[in-house]
Order: sequence, then structure tokens, then C-alpha cells
Amino acid sequence: MEERRINVVVNEEPKSVDVEPRLLLAHFLREVLGLTGTHIGCDTTNCGVCTVLVDGLPMKSCTMFAVMVDGKSVTTVEGLGLPSELHPIQEGFREEHGLQCGFCTPGMMMASKALLEENPNPTEEDIRWGLSGNLCRCTGYQNIVKSVLWAAEKLRSEAGAISR
Amino acid sequence: MIPSAFDYVAASSVQEAVQVLSQAGEDAKVLAGGQSLVPVLRLRLATPTTLVDLNKISELRGVREDGDAIVVGAMTTHHDVINNELIAEHAALLALATLTVGDPQIRHRGTFGGALVHADPAGDLLAPAVALDCEMVIVGPSGRRTVPAGEFFVDLFTTAVGPDELLVEVRIPKKTGWGAHYEKFNRVAQAWSIVGVAAVVWTEGGSIAQARVALTNMGATPVRAVGVEQALIGQPASAATIRAAAEHAADGTSPTSDGSADADYREHLARVLTGRAVAAAAGVGGWRA
Repeated sequence: MEERRINVVVNEEPKSVDVEPRLLLAHFLREVLGLTGTHIGCDTTNCGVCTVLVDGLPMKSCTMFAVMVDGKSVTTVEGLGLPSELHPIQEGFREEHGLQCGFCTPGMMMASKALLEENPNPTEEDIRWGLSGNLCRCTGYQNIVKSVLWAAEKLRSEAGAISR
Repeated sequence: MIPSAFDYVAASSVQEAVQVLSQAGEDAKVLAGGQSLVPVLRLRLATPTTLVDLNKISELRGVREDGDAIVVGAMTTHHDVINNELIAEHAALLALATLTVGDPQIRHRGTFGGALVHADPAGDLLAPAVALDCEMVIVGPSGRRTVPAGEFFVDLFTTAVGPDELLVEVRIPKKTGWGAHYEKFNRVAQAWSIVGVAAVVWTEGGSIAQARVALTNMGATPVRAVGVEQALIGQPASAATIRAAAEHAADGTSPTSDGSADADYREHLARVLTGRAVAAAAGVGGWRA
């Protein structure tokens, strides 16, 4: 089928690429742009490892086509922080040991980013519901919840420091 | 898996979408949020030749007030339904039911109209549409028509919307000040309803003046629990009234048996969940089924 030109901003870099309409956003990110931090874990929209932000909102990139982000901006885990300058959510996952195998971690962190933007002071229950679209087979979720609580506190203290 | 190839049209208007659907025939599918369609395409359970994407038609999104009704655009996302002030005030049942749909990511992408036209019997928005007496506004090549929610759901995954038509908006008669509750039974954080019950109740001076109750997944289409409604109306808003009325919840239903539940267990659930839903909607405290 005929390819379509899409214009999309990925991690703040504008991209203009011809894609087949059936190309999933997750495959576009991984195989066309080489951003392999976004994982693919299921065919059924259950696992959430492919979660990215589209115009700031969390979505499952395996359950939309690349043509659907034409004119939009996408943030992947590569856009969250740098190895030399981790995002507080990444720091939280390190400090609280929020991962074992790491496969679910990019999706967990992107869903957490959206969660903390909507609710900067979440309870444990808020976090569990906020991450209920993301599956982890290693941690039993305990340390993931702790990691997000850690990140929430750090982000609040940073915001407080700025407003002072 | 990778979907089979299809031609893709990002329609810029309802008219263009309808025109493309008319030309493409039965092998075209409408792409709304895609949260049910894309998995179906990935599993190759469907292989449409043309997808008509509605996401660029901005007039299909949003909620407005129109006299005695509020009007929800078909492409309004679940997340926006949950957070809309008009819906909270005049159709709280819809927001409560939508909170149980999918997970946060799915609610950001999935749409109200998409879920209704998909018409999964275990989907949580069909029974609320029936309980709220919604009017479904459909546009096709011959113009615009309105179908009541009670006639909209025809069979499993089948609605009154023809292959060359679109659901464009849903008119919800205001239920301002009515008590509302959606009671869903499933086993894990996110799953289709095994059974769900939607209830809205208007109480006056301690009595139930009006009631609408509809059931999710008690048949191929959502079922209005007429026997329950009749047993509630005019009675005191009490646990005894609700207990007696809930006994009628499974009357006239034909639930399926599947891996989640046998039909007789679904009938039991319908009675128990109806009691809970009506008690919560009517504000009858201390309810124990």
C-alpha cells in the first residue's frame, strides 16, 4: 500500500518520514527511528511496556498506527532523561530498586510521568491504579510503587525550591 | 503480529468519511480510538481493505449542553468523559461507568462512540447508554437519523449503524440530581465485566419516584431490568424495597456461559450487583447483599 509522509516531533526532534499506514507506532519508534527503549510485550493492549506520551498523554504505542501521530509530539523513555542526568523518576527506580529484569521499566516510567503530572502527590492506591495498565512479572509491584513515591517527593521538593 | 495491509484515509469531515465508506463497501472499517480495532487487526481477526480514521475531525470531539440534554461527540475520549463537568452534573452514571473501562492509557486513546459502536456485550458503556435513555445520532449518505439506545444494540458486536454510516454524537437527557451508580464485577484490576449493573434513581421524600436499571453482559445486548424498575418505583427507599426489587434482576435475561462464569452464576451476580447498585444510587446506607 501507498506510503504516507508523517511529520512528528519525537523527543523534541522534528521527523518527516514516509511510512506504511499499517506500521504500528511502536515499530516506527523502534525500527525506523532506532529508539529501542520502547518495548513490545503483547498483541492485546494488556502489558503497557510500549507506553509513550503523545502530546503529553500516556498511550500504548503498539495500539496505534504511526500515521495517527502526524502533527503530534511523542516522548519516549529516551526523552525522559540522560544517563548523566537522570529524571527523578529514573532516579526513583534506581534508589528504590524498582526493577529486576527491566523489561517493563520504560513503560512503567512513562506511565508514572503522566501520573505524576496529573497528580503530583499521589497515595499508594493512586499509584497502583495509575499503573494498572502496566504489567510487571518480577517485582510484585512493591518496589515500583516505592519508586514512584520517591520520585513524587523529589519532584515536589524541586518544584518547591523553584517557587521559593 | 503485524496487521495486513490496508488503504488509509484520514477523513477531514463527517461527509468525507461517509463518502469513503460508501465507496469502499463492506471491507472498510472506521478507526476511532482503535483500542479494540487495532488488537483485532494485529491478531488478523479482521483484514479490512480500507481504514477511515476519524481522529482529525475535531467536530466529533467534546461535550456541549443543548436544552434538556447534553451532547457527547462520538470521538470524545474516555478520559475527557470522566473529567467533564457537564457529564458530572447531568449524567454522573456515565462518568462512573467510564472509570471502569480499560486502564489509564486506554482511556486516553479510546472513545465513547467507538466503544458503543464496537458493542462488546461485556463493554461497560452500553448499559449506561440504555439506562440514561440516550439518543444515538447517526449520519449516512441519506442524511442524519436518531435511534434510541434501546434499539441501537442489535446483537453481539452489532448496532444499528450501517456499513456506510457513522455514529456522530450521543444525546443524553439530563438526569440532574439523580443518584447514580455503576457496579462492575470482574476478577482483576482491568478486565471486561463478567456482569455489570447501571442504576439511576430519583428519590422524593424518602420514596423512589423514578428508577432506571440496565445490565451489562446478561445477554448479547444490554438489558433494561424492567422488573426491577417496576418494583422500585413508588416504594420507600429502603433496604427491604431494594432487596425485593433486586430479585427480579435476572428476569427475562439470557446470559452466556463461558470461562468466567456459568449462566446461573451470572443470574446470581445480576441480583446481588443490582442490590448494591440501586442501594448506592438511592443513598441507602449499610447495604449488605
